Amino acid sequence: MDTRVERIRSEAKRLLESGEVDLVIGFRKGSIPMVSRPWFVRTVEDTELLHWDGFCSLNLCNYLTKRKEKVAVVAKGCDTRSLVGHIQENQIQREQVLVLGVPCEGMLDRRALQERAEGTEILEVVESDGRVEIRGRGLERSFPRQEVLQHCCRICRHRNPVLHDRLLSAEVEEHQVERYEDVEEIDSQSPEERWAYFQNMLSPCIRCYACRNVCPHCYCTECFVDCSRPQWVGKSLDLNDVFTFHLFRAFHMAGRCTDCGSCERACPVGIPLRVLTRKLEKVVSERWGFEAGTDLEQLPPLATYRPDDPQDFIK
Amino acid sequence: MSARRVGREALKGFITGLMEDGRTVWGPQEFQGSVRFRPLKKNGTPVLDVPNATLSPKEVVFPPSEWMFLFSTDPGREDAFVLKEVPQEGPEQVILGIRPCDARAFQILDRVFLEQGAHEDPYYRSKRDRTLLIGLGCNTPCSTCFCHWTGGGPFHTEGLDVLMTDLGDVYLLEPVTERGRALLDALQLDEAGADEVERGKHIAEEARASMGEAKDPRRIKEKDLMALFGSPFWERAHEACVKCGVCTYLCPTCSCFDIQDEVRGACGFRGRNWDTCMFALTTLHASGHNPRPTGKERFRQRFMHKLKYFQDDFGDVMCVGCGRCVQYCPANIDIREIIEALSA
Repeated sequence: MDTRVERIRSEAKRLLESGEVDLVIGFRKGSIPMVSRPWFVRTVEDTELLHWDGFCSLNLCNYLTKRKEKVAVVAKGCDTRSLVGHIQENQIQREQVLVLGVPCEGMLDRRALQERAEGTEILEVVESDGRVEIRGRGLERSFPRQEVLQHCCRICRHRNPVLHDRLLSAEVEEHQVERYEDVEEIDSQSPEERWAYFQNMLSPCIRCYACRNVCPHCYCTECFVDCSRPQWVGKSLDLNDVFTFHLFRAFHMAGRCTDCGSCERACPVGIPLRVLTRKLEKVVSERWGFEAGTDLEQLPPLATYRPDDPQDFIK
Repeated sequence: MSARRVGREALKGFITGLMEDGRTVWGPQEFQGSVRFRPLKKNGTPVLDVPNATLSPKEVVFPPSEWMFLFSTDPGREDAFVLKEVPQEGPEQVILGIRPCDARAFQILDRVFLEQGAHEDPYYRSKRDRTLLIGLGCNTPCSTCFCHWTGGGPFHTEGLDVLMTDLGDVYLLEPVTERGRALLDALQLDEAGADEVERGKHIAEEARASMGEAKDPRRIKEKDLMALFGSPFWERAHEACVKCGVCTYLCPTCSCFDIQDEVRGACGFRGRNWDTCMFALTTLHASGHNPRPTGKERFRQRFMHKLKYFQDDFGDVMCVGCGRCVQYCPANIDIREIIEALSA
């Protein structure tokens, strides 16, 4: 068994037995291949189902918002960055959360794996020694892990938890990778080309709001698209309204999004939403040298004000 | 002999034939990161070699957004704010490559939109009446498919007008309804050989045999409604669910909608859009009261409606086992586990 799985289970068991926490949030194996399920553990028996693999990609910070109990959470680099944001925004208190940090080798891209299966359904995935093997009826192929990582993981600069109370395995090496190649390419286009690109990109949206609901940073008590008095945005699939939703949401993420990729993964119709959030991430980085969720002490630039802030954008 | 055949290479010609008389032919097509049913262009081909489309073709008869009425907001006009019906006529259409589960789902939608109560839904009615279903049987059901739990099967014909079977080099076409038979006759296709019909049967049997043991959600009908409703089961079952609309919007049987008025300039529209029991806004009263105040109640509603209330009302579950909600749920909520838990 993966030693991380053993560590997660034994830590969870100890924390529950000692009464240090009331709840442990981690993952259990999913009911189908290539998906893991968030698992809420309150009893020692339930720790036996805790699990860890390359499909534990959902950002568990999403389940911490406004919790009252003492809770331990199994967290990758991106989950801990979102947690930093949550603590800064008073969505949870630092003292309430016990972070079981798991250094992350990057999560696997289910869609990319399925494409490589060439039409055969993947029934099992085996991870070992930097390789990933997919199996199905008459299918057995293996790839270097690096080739089948999710895009957000390939360009991740914080694979190790930025905040933790226990570290459940040795830290992994960080890479200073280029994060904005695709964003810059879109940036370089003419306004007409960009408009066409975004129209094309957002036209499959069915407004299921999975992108919003899996996002830890989308925690407004009432989302602006749900306001009915007054109603800010239409409900149909009219592209104007679809745009309004996605662009407003992206702007709400400026200086907050940690690029965990949950939104893109959750999208059933495969919209590459992260080009929007990473554009804003890039701007925040260039203007204020700020990277969301990396430092509890550093105030988020869009949630603070200084008298000497440059204000030349106000005409 | 009524079964017909179309060689794989002749599929384009077959579709061109279907398009004659101005028919719109909907088929599964790549639509960026997903597969959706869209009207085929002339000489376009559907994507038939993939498992089922991301969204069911229910959007052909029940679009995500549709306008029902138009009105003017210009007070100078005599007909200001008078609702006028949006004409519902349209071309005859064919859905090519609909899977047997999704065709059964049309029969469930029929019950809701056409057979329930005193009124039928004219928007659904007009599209449904001019739509023929040419279904494609599933040679290789997915591990997430459970049509056989819900009374269907990979080659079931309920709801279809024509059943298509992929024999490899050739598609076998078997009429199911009189309309389907008339369509195939008009196209003057070659008759299939007895051996081809036999091969089709064999493929169907193998597909069904590959699906494993079926659980029976009909046992839930015998359970006491209030006991299920009040069960502590829901407390934990909903915890991982993020309450997005993926399951219900991808579901071929979900039929909830929300009516909205919109105004652009002096032109007003009244339309309806898909809605989902997963959203708090769906049941929010004008007073601010919400009878389904938390995620638990919304989650329970979805499964109780599908597996209990609908069964009590209509005798069948409101689920055809297509497996989309299982495949696409971001948090791995699996309706098969809910069925097992509620029928235990």
